[in-house]
Amino acid sequence: MDIPFTTKPRPDTGLYNAKLGIWLFLASEVMLFGALFSSYIMLRIGAPEGTWPAPGTMLDPIPGAINTVVLIISSITVVLAWVSLKFNNFEQYRKYQAATLACALAFMCIKAYEYHGKFNHYEVIKTDGSIVDGHMHEETDEHVILTVHALEEEHDDHAHAEGDGHNHAGGGAPAEGDDHAVEKEGGSPYLGPEPNVDPTTGEHLHGEITILKSDIEKMENYGPWHSTYLAIYFTLTGLHALHVCGGALVIFMIWGPLAGQWKTDPERYTNRVEVSGLFWHFVDLVWIFLFPILYLL
Amino acid sequence: MQATTIVKEKADAHAHEEHHHEPGFWQKYIFSTDHKVIGIQYGITSLVFLFLGFCLMACMRWQIAYPGQPIPVVGPLLEAVLGEVAAGGIMAPDLYNSFGAMHGTIMVFMAIVPLVFAAFGNYVVPLMIGAPDMAFPRINMVSFDFFFIGCVIMFVSFFIPGGAAQAGWTSYSPLATSIPTDGQTFWLIAMIMLITSSLLGAVNFIATIIQLRAPGMTWMRMPFFVWAQFVTAFLLLLAFPPLETAGLMQLMDKVFHTSFFLPSGLIVGGSPADISGGGSPLLWQHLFWFLGHPEVYVLILPAIGMVAEIIANNIRKPLYGYKTMVYSVMVLGFLSFIVWAHHMYLTGMGNTISAFFQTTTMIISIPSVILLTCLFMSLWGGSIRFNTPMLFALAFLPMFGIGGLTGLPLGFNFSDIHLHDTYYVIAHFHYVVAPGTIFGIFAGIYYWYPKATGRMMNEFWGKIHFWSSFIFMNAVFQPMFAQGMAGIHRRMYDGGATYAGVADPASGVVSVPLKFIEMNKGITLAAFMLGVSQIPFILNFFMSMKNGKKVESDNPWESTTLEWQTPTPPPHGNFDKEIRVYRGPYEYSVPGADKDYTPQNEPRKADPKADQKKEDADK
Repeated sequence: MDIPFTTKPRPDTGLYNAKLGIWLFLASEVMLFGALFSSYIMLRIGAPEGTWPAPGTMLDPIPGAINTVVLIISSITVVLAWVSLKFNNFEQYRKYQAATLACALAFMCIKAYEYHGKFNHYEVIKTDGSIVDGHMHEETDEHVILTVHALEEEHDDHAHAEGDGHNHAGGGAPAEGDDHAVEKEGGSPYLGPEPNVDPTTGEHLHGEITILKSDIEKMENYGPWHSTYLAIYFTLTGLHALHVCGGALVIFMIWGPLAGQWKTDPERYTNRVEVSGLFWHFVDLVWIFLFPILYLL
Repeated sequence: MQATTIVKEKADAHAHEEHHHEPGFWQKYIFSTDHKVIGIQYGITSLVFLFLGFCLMACMRWQIAYPGQPIPVVGPLLEAVLGEVAAGGIMAPDLYNSFGAMHGTIMVFMAIVPLVFAAFGNYVVPLMIGAPDMAFPRINMVSFDFFFIGCVIMFVSFFIPGGAAQAGWTSYSPLATSIPTDGQTFWLIAMIMLITSSLLGAVNFIATIIQLRAPGMTWMRMPFFVWAQFVTAFLLLLAFPPLETAGLMQLMDKVFHTSFFLPSGLIVGGSPADISGGGSPLLWQHLFWFLGHPEVYVLILPAIGMVAEIIANNIRKPLYGYKTMVYSVMVLGFLSFIVWAHHMYLTGMGNTISAFFQTTTMIISIPSVILLTCLFMSLWGGSIRFNTPMLFALAFLPMFGIGGLTGLPLGFNFSDIHLHDTYYVIAHFHYVVAPGTIFGIFAGIYYWYPKATGRMMNEFWGKIHFWSSFIFMNAVFQPMFAQGMAGIHRRMYDGGATYAGVADPASGVVSVPLKFIEMNKGITLAAFMLGVSQIPFILNFFMSMKNGKKVESDNPWESTTLEWQTPTPPPHGNFDKEIRVYRGPYEYSVPGADKDYTPQNEPRKADPKADQKKEDADK
């Protein structure tokens, strides 16, 4: 028994089955990510004033921009790979598709670097109400050592994020003299101590700060639990990264273990490459939307 | 099942010889890629869950009618299996909540949808359009595997510490996230599996219907059931992903302690929750009902499709207004995407939005009424055969009518204020799904059983099954309208008994007249009898496989559609001859024809070659 139109297009639709199938699947993917983007909009509009980080303050746009370029390059190579097959040039196809896979790997490495930076980034609320915000240098049973960057950079990077931290820190933080409203670039005032300020001297902290565990009221890293922005950031990019992995896996399987089909059924093999390429384009396209809304806007 | 069918595939240029070998048991029945086997797998699995869902409800009904009394017979069993939540055979409130949530979830996602869409769709659609199988047989198998894994996870969640999910089938946040047991996590993971399964299935159905129609099977020659499945598949394809997203987000809330659906300042159990806050509970409801409402049409459209097939076959004349029905079902599918917030009138989302959704909700009743009217009009002047499938199909019409019309007061936001969250709502949607869709399913089972097994089901026991089900279905749900209008809330653990004792005008608490509370006992008895009425069906279903009357031909109902033009049961690959379609789906009682039905693949007598030429030219 053969299923009709697995390779040749059906005359009245002009499509072979898998091509129609992947377009339908992509339609459902649009709805999947569409719902997440809509949620992003609703959460951002509904966020209490001052809690949504200002553009570019939470994430460094440079790795994101590099990743955008990497994915766009992979989109080109995936088309060139398919074209090579159409021109019967199998070796060239292998090279282009290897480049695609290398791009996928590079993307995931950069993404992992960004994730690591967030998970390693801690906000520590001390029992005296002051806040230390920096990257984890060392953690023992007695103390933690955070690396705090110099003032200007720190202020730019994380000032806006603080608002979130305070919504839940409220219970323990004493309302003392240092609990003052701080004007932000965006102009929205919020209540709570400025991070990385010594509560007694009023000096800005930088360098490696050692904090005793007994002095810690609450310690939390910048994971998805930290704020709604980070929650949607991790969910969107995490789901996208899963798609990158899935797409790369399929492309790899066709490129390597299943390559024998090129000899037995070249037309169908080429179709497979085309279909996996369509999925890959979609994954790239999602990133094209993700990058501005998470890094730039 | 024969494995050695020879189906020549003309369209495929390089048709290569296939080496057939007799597959083993596992390949043939468990990991099969044959759409008919997969259809039966879906059917059996979901019928089992239909029964389980009924049993959960039966336990709850006992608790509602006789609050705090041990459940007879089943009570000790529950205690032995589930432990202290059923201590002494009495349902604890937690158990009641989790049975309620799981009754809804199981019935919607693991029983009715897989039955009407996956089981009947898989078995019947490729046969009806003259295809050898689904477009992607292996994806079809994977789709069932996902479904089965999802079902297992859902079922296992009953037995984990704390029991299954308790926040209702709608799983509203923050309640769903705040309950400190793992039931909800299981629920979410299982739902993600079930949704993935539906998505793969939907892609497969649409691709199959677009690509694999036999030569000559033009769009307007497709049986109405295929149209209904086609629209349903689009609903699943486009409405389910947002729920998958919502499920993922709630899973993040539950497992990674994000605050997508948790607002700032949330108090749980008297103390502030340790969350970052800033989320939106309303967002969950929007995402849920964006699926939830199209889901209603996923439940009902395939059933209407089956009923249409069975009615056309048993009135022995064409359906009235076939094209109108096709356009209506398309409009219905489109409109079902923009009515979802009529489930949310009382969330305070604003008058403007309410007015919009009220308007679209009223508009969507038009194509529904057109469908029903066409089916009623079809009966006019037909010489009706009252066999078991036809009885169920006929009963479907008024039952679905009641279900649909009682939805109108819920669609108007002013009357919804009174009726919202009362038993009226339960009665309304159960009339659509239980005597509606489930009667459609029974009709379908009785109708296509001879095709799948080669034997008829027993007519006498079929009729007993029908009449008793029909009476007790109504006895269960009809009183609930009255209860709801009297104001009895649908989620009360004691079935409203607390109302009865309290009547204190000073505090504004008004009692419900006792007679409405007393109705609970009658409903519970009717529900029990409804369960008993299914015994003839279950016995009939299994016994007829061995002892049923053998079919005398491949087409025992003398039907026109293609699924009856195959061997019985259809072999792997379905058709033993090349299939070509020459006519519309319901050519019954054509004047001048020698018999009262003309199958779709029967060439015109005058000049079959001219037909073929025309078809080729159409391409």
